[in-house]
Amino acid sequence: MLVIALGIGVLAVLVSALLGPKKASRAKLMAYESGNDPEHGGVGTGQRFPVHFYLVAMLFIVFDIETAFFFPLAVAYQKLVPFAFWEALTFVALLLVGYYYILKKGVLEWT
Amino acid sequence: MPDWLATLLITLLKGVLVALALLTTFAYMTLIERRLLARMQIRHGPNRVGPGGLLQPLADAVKSIFKEDLRVTLADKLVYTVAPIVAIGMALTAFGGIPAGPAGSLFGEDPWVYQLDAGILALLAITSMGVYGIFLGGWASGSKYPILGGLRSSAQMISYELGMGLSILGLLMLVGSTAFPNIVEWQAANGWMILFQSLGFALFLVSSFAETNRTPFDLPEAEQELVAGYLTEYSAIKWALFQMAEYVNMITASAIMATLFFGGYRGPVFLEGLIPGISGWPIIWLVVKIAFFLFLFIWVRATLPRFRYDQLMRFGWKLLLPLALANTMLTAAYLAFARDLGLWPLAGLSLLGLLALFALSDRVRGLWNKPTGRRGADDTLPARPLGGD
Repeated sequence: MLVIALGIGVLAVLVSALLGPKKASRAKLMAYESGNDPEHGGVGTGQRFPVHFYLVAMLFIVFDIETAFFFPLAVAYQKLVPFAFWEALTFVALLLVGYYYILKKGVLEWT
Repeated sequence: MPDWLATLLITLLKGVLVALALLTTFAYMTLIERRLLARMQIRHGPNRVGPGGLLQPLADAVKSIFKEDLRVTLADKLVYTVAPIVAIGMALTAFGGIPAGPAGSLFGEDPWVYQLDAGILALLAITSMGVYGIFLGGWASGSKYPILGGLRSSAQMISYELGMGLSILGLLMLVGSTAFPNIVEWQAANGWMILFQSLGFALFLVSSFAETNRTPFDLPEAEQELVAGYLTEYSAIKWALFQMAEYVNMITASAIMATLFFGGYRGPVFLEGLIPGISGWPIIWLVVKIAFFLFLFIWVRATLPRFRYDQLMRFGWKLLLPLALANTMLTAAYLAFARDLGLWPLAGLSLLGLLALFALSDRVRGLWNKPTGRRGADDTLPARPLGGD
């Protein structure tokens, strides 16, 4: 399925590259900036980003690992109760401590 | 012909069929969406090309193939080309795992392209690969707006992926399996999952709207705010591939919701009294449910205004995530201590949670609607949406 799907994408790009007109000019190849010369554009020109994006990415890693731990527990849950419940509760409680911390630190505020 | 070759050929055939079906559906989805949006705004949609506008998607496709494929000077050559292929590749691949009927019901073959025991996990993993397509596309465009759009969209998608993963945990606890056929069969035996996990379903629905970049969460391509986000520098077929990926993701999300919460390829059992065997009709039920959700996607687009970016992130992290955890723990507690009562009290409990959410919506709106951080002289100013420099 992956091969087919990627193949369709490659095929579409190739066909379009063969069939489309090719009349590039300098103005056409400029990045969009309402007609001005672009500034701060381009790959590797060192544009800076708000630190929020990094924070969200880090939080995502933490919480996604938490989800990953939860999946096997959820699948095997009915065989492990009630012990599994207390285990899950402890885990979630520990997690919530961290969550409360980032909440109070204002990491989730995007102003 | 050896056995493995036959299996391989059949799988390939099914894969091609599914891909073509998805692409056709995508093409007509664009038409249907435009027509429906038009009807909702009391006007006619495209109805000139072909009877009732039926050839409009074809015209669009031909146009985008014959367009000039520009790449701005500053763009990264390789990544710029690969990103849309990744996006469409992941979108199409994800759908292959959804079962369209019980095993062996498609002319003696299994009605799915691939089937894994970790079905949902694989599907979540594949759909989240789509983030790469969008972000790399934005980064490689070598221009300011695409980078910002790509960043915003990747942050949004990973945030709501959490809600997505957590909101199905309760369901997994009930079923005890991650394979799609098992989930559908469980629902055939016990009733649709929406009854027992209505809160989980609501969270999943919201997350999947955000995951597929649809209104009210379509910030990455917010035309009025960021030009066209990661799509700004894309033209011709590459742009079309991104659009395709979005719509295919929408179809996949609809299919997942139908499969996980609405009995998948099984129809409602009470209809059996009218026509025996109707609930088992192959594929038709799945298509009906997918169509319903697609309509819902369009309907919501015509109805709701867009979130601001800070609201969006607060909504995901402050409401969706804790609620999904609460839903999980509620289900867990019920299964641990009150399993003997049967499933129906759980249904009531879940519904009660959802209703409480609606009733308290004015209270909880403060979680995402107004900035609680800085208070000061700039309170009167509208909060600056994030992403500028």
